[in-house]
Amino acid sequence: MDVLVCLKRVPIAGGTFLLTPDNRDVETKHLGFGISPHEENAVEAGVQLVEQMGGSLTLLTLGPTDAEEQLRSQLAIGASRAILLETDGQDWDPQATAAALVNAINAEETKFDLILFGAESADSAGYQIHIRVAHALNRPIITNIKAMTISDGTVKGERVVGSERELYEAPLPAIVTVRDGLNIPRYPSVPGRIQSRKKPVDIKKAEPRVPKLEKLHLTLAPSKSKSAEILGQGEAAVPALIEVLKQIGVLA
Amino acid sequence: MILVLVDHDRGVIDPLSLRALTAARKLSGDIQAIVIGKEGAKVAAEVGEYGAKTLYVATHPELTDYAPMASGRALFELVKEIKPEAVIAAGSPRGNEQLAHLAAFMDLPMAAECSSIKIGTPHEVTRARWAANIFEDALVHSDLLIASVIAFSVEPEPVGGSAEVKEFDAKLEAADTLVKVLGRASESKGGGVSLTDAKVIVSGGRGVGGPEGFGILEELAGLLEGTVGCSRVVTSSGWRPHAEQVGQTGTKVAPDLYLACGISGAMQHIAGCKNSKTIVVINTDPEAPILAYADYAIIGDLHKVIPALTAAIRAARG
Repeated sequence: MDVLVCLKRVPIAGGTFLLTPDNRDVETKHLGFGISPHEENAVEAGVQLVEQMGGSLTLLTLGPTDAEEQLRSQLAIGASRAILLETDGQDWDPQATAAALVNAINAEETKFDLILFGAESADSAGYQIHIRVAHALNRPIITNIKAMTISDGTVKGERVVGSERELYEAPLPAIVTVRDGLNIPRYPSVPGRIQSRKKPVDIKKAEPRVPKLEKLHLTLAPSKSKSAEILGQGEAAVPALIEVLKQIGVLA
Repeated sequence: MILVLVDHDRGVIDPLSLRALTAARKLSGDIQAIVIGKEGAKVAAEVGEYGAKTLYVATHPELTDYAPMASGRALFELVKEIKPEAVIAAGSPRGNEQLAHLAAFMDLPMAAECSSIKIGTPHEVTRARWAANIFEDALVHSDLLIASVIAFSVEPEPVGGSAEVKEFDAKLEAADTLVKVLGRASESKGGGVSLTDAKVIVSGGRGVGGPEGFGILEELAGLLEGTVGCSRVVTSSGWRPHAEQVGQTGTKVAPDLYLACGISGAMQHIAGCKNSKTIVVINTDPEAPILAYADYAIIGDLHKVIPALTAAIRAARG
């Protein structure tokens, strides 16, 4: 089983954001970096599959030179090698990103049985790169799954919708996007960290394209300036809450 | 003319699609809609009431349930035939996914999660990023605009009217229906109101303390004909099923009342509940970040406040 996991380096944001002076990016001077949350589950799934079935786990990212840091930290979890498609550090639009990923995947000797993505990126939330990659590689894609099994050349996935789980399956090779909840990502072990420094990271230049979805600038969402009206302390505040529930029509 | 992809689940319309129809009406007087699968015909009356003049029902023998690539193909075929200026859908997991298949088939850009759309050359959009903490002004360089409307940004407004129903042969290829819903299993214990439909959500976080602590939340939710939600830490700890998770990585909700009990309010949780009409917090910590987004708060222990509230509601009803 040869598995590829696609990742994205993103700043780890707290509750409040600052923008750069040109309003084009999030100010990251005082922020650390990581990968998008669902992608940690994708890496964990890849590590587990290779543990169970043998094969290889490769990581792929498109990003700035510093994205090697995120690849190394995920290599420490268990992948064998990584590919960094190096950009100029700018945000690429989804079509350009997908095209670069497809070129890199096609250039690999390994024909990956399974390509995993996180269900969405923390920062740009474009909801399309994985689908564009699936179309370009002519592979089936199952998205947003929280449970996955692989047997007999088939991947089965479950997606939570409302109060139900939808069941999907697709023949391998396939692409799957996973959500938080699929598994509990492990922490890297000390030997894992040490080995990760020696694992190969192929760095390739990626050629930018003129964006068709062209970012102009960013604005911060207006913060809700109202602060909560304190109804009181403990049970003593219940009568005041009952009045509120009547006002908003929840209680007759 | 604008084509709106209307989502349905086994013939029941997705309420977010009514908002997408309303948003589309602000862009054009000529709205047409498409539903995928013949059961979609059941939503024709609602689609007409929200302003679409025509409803295309895409059918095919293999289109027996939700199949996102098939939706993309059907949209692609209809776009070629009726040549809209834009294809719009709700910014839901399904809406974004089906539009992305359309965009991939056509190799055109797609703008997800838009809060504002201006059709032109190029098109101008404002779209949400970072769980709607940041908005991006962007240009879309393509003739056809493919865009989803961020959930809850537009209030649904009926205009009256009816849609002419036209059957549309989806012209699918075998690969298009390879991935489709093959079956379903129930996820929640209650089986009652779903998070997206609930008028009242009683939501619990770390402060609930464990799975058994949710009994008092369930009781209160039942009394208010609502449902129980929870934060990510609760599902990660296995206290509640994933279907109940509210937030960026769970379900985005907009009930009349969101009662947040023992939830501190991480950014990703706020992203899922901030569209609620009224947010009431019960928390021991007066500094919890969620208070900045709440309308009302009780500072206290939910294990005492909730039973007292339940008792008071029962008493008030006699």
